[in-house]
Amino acid sequence: MKLQREISSQVYAWLLLLPALVLMIAFTHYPIVGSFITSFFSTGREGRPSKFIGLENYSSMIADPVFWQVLQNNFIYALGVIPISVSLALFMAVCVNGRLPGRSIVRAAYFTPTILPMIAVANIWLFFYTPQIGLLDQICGLFNIPSHSWLGDTSTALGCMMVLAVWKDAGFFMIFFLAALQGIPPELEEAALIEGSGRWYYFRRVTLPLLMPTMLFVMVNATINSFKLVDHIFILTKGGPDNASSLLLYYIWEVAFGFWDTAYASTLTVVLLVILCLAAITQFRYMEKRVHYQ
Amino acid sequence: MIRGSDWMQKVEVLAAWLLAFLWAAPLLYAVWAAFHPMDFVSRFVLTAPLTLDNFRNAWKVAPFARYFFNTFVLVSITLVGQFILCTMAAYAFARFEFPGKEVVFLLVLVQIMIMPDVLIVQNYQTISSLGLVDTILGIGLPYMASAFGIFLLRQAFKQVPKELVEAARVEGAGWLSVLWKVFIPLAKPTYLAYGLVSVSYHWNNFLWPVIITNSTETRPLTVGLSIFGAPESGVNFSVISAGTLLAVSPLLIAFLLFQRQFVQSFMRSGIK
Repeated sequence: MKLQREISSQVYAWLLLLPALVLMIAFTHYPIVGSFITSFFSTGREGRPSKFIGLENYSSMIADPVFWQVLQNNFIYALGVIPISVSLALFMAVCVNGRLPGRSIVRAAYFTPTILPMIAVANIWLFFYTPQIGLLDQICGLFNIPSHSWLGDTSTALGCMMVLAVWKDAGFFMIFFLAALQGIPPELEEAALIEGSGRWYYFRRVTLPLLMPTMLFVMVNATINSFKLVDHIFILTKGGPDNASSLLLYYIWEVAFGFWDTAYASTLTVVLLVILCLAAITQFRYMEKRVHYQ
Repeated sequence: MIRGSDWMQKVEVLAAWLLAFLWAAPLLYAVWAAFHPMDFVSRFVLTAPLTLDNFRNAWKVAPFARYFFNTFVLVSITLVGQFILCTMAAYAFARFEFPGKEVVFLLVLVQIMIMPDVLIVQNYQTISSLGLVDTILGIGLPYMASAFGIFLLRQAFKQVPKELVEAARVEGAGWLSVLWKVFIPLAKPTYLAYGLVSVSYHWNNFLWPVIITNSTETRPLTVGLSIFGAPESGVNFSVISAGTLLAVSPLLIAFLLFQRQFVQSFMRSGIK
């Protein structure tokens, strides 16, 4: 009787899980495994079916200068965007957490870019960067700096993209720091006050160490974001000029849906998956350490 | 509150406000451009005439009504699907013991790091073999079994006191009615938080919809906006600003009205 009830409750649990599991496997696990498998085959074309070619896709990837270019771009992009947006986010959180006049307006201003679609903000920023009539050139004109094709120049296109990404993400990261700051017990500050420690000293020796777990969480999220959000490229540069502003996922899209080379796109996806896995492993390893803080 | 010197305090306030101005500027600028004729797009004179022509033009040039409808349908079916699937799965994880539970939960967690957004190549093939290319369901389907939703709801369900569940069981309620009468009502704040995050995510999502859709009947606002804003469309910046504002206004107005709920929802979504 008891055993029977246990079995029926197990069946019940599996039935509850089933619909979500089926969809999740179909759209997350199957494509992860599928990318690996497809990367060992050639792309099937009319009259030339797909066949096993071993590591050939990988060797052509290593020989593909565009791959190295977009990978390098993506790392430069991440290394530029992450530290700047995270430190700005921390500054924002500290400001908004303190007694700032007009606090709620300031907080709303910081957070608003988060809820706007990347496509919409890219439309607006496109006009800032437009040569001559764009706002940036108009401002430069005031200081007699000559007009510049910000998005059309290989040396500035990626930078333009990074500025936009910092603007879009900093407010989002701010709220995690804000939540962490609000979780710091006020007694710590009272104690520091009695000891007569300065503001900067308190921030460096008390606040910052307590924020480390949040910092890590935000960093990992920022890393993932810089590899998975490429919407703005579609509006601002389409990866150009000469792939100077293309990122890995955008290149995957181009290969898959521009050149319809599924096998090569899957090979590139494998690289992206490896990068995301490394980010995940970093997070899990430090999550374990996080226990010691609490 | 530890206070720095007066001088430092002032610098900090000034920096905070300057940053706030920079962060608000692009949107304020779009508002300026949208409500003034093109001649005043980068001439900021207070006497510039106000106009609604840009909005009229935008509405005429692109089928915004249709895009709005599509986005609305997309966001709704995705959210309903997520609520149903994630509630069931989270309930199984929070309240049942079964062999293989840990392994299955680890499999679910994989999706928190590797979202369907980056698996466009294979997912396109799956959607295409299901015959769902260029349908709104095809845009929403890969996101419905959301690991993030399962995770949040499981956390909320775990906090439901055991006594409440037992009391309901004693009264003869089956597992489903316990879910419906005890768990779901107590997890309302989590549903609200997850709902807000999900709606903003899918309202704004672009890459997957642009791959799956190829007709006006299915394109959501973001994809419509990208066609409309492309230089080839030959529309001037004032009209693009107006169209962009139209597209973001529902979410933006909701945010400005319910700022606290939005910020708390996004906060909640990251912490646990």
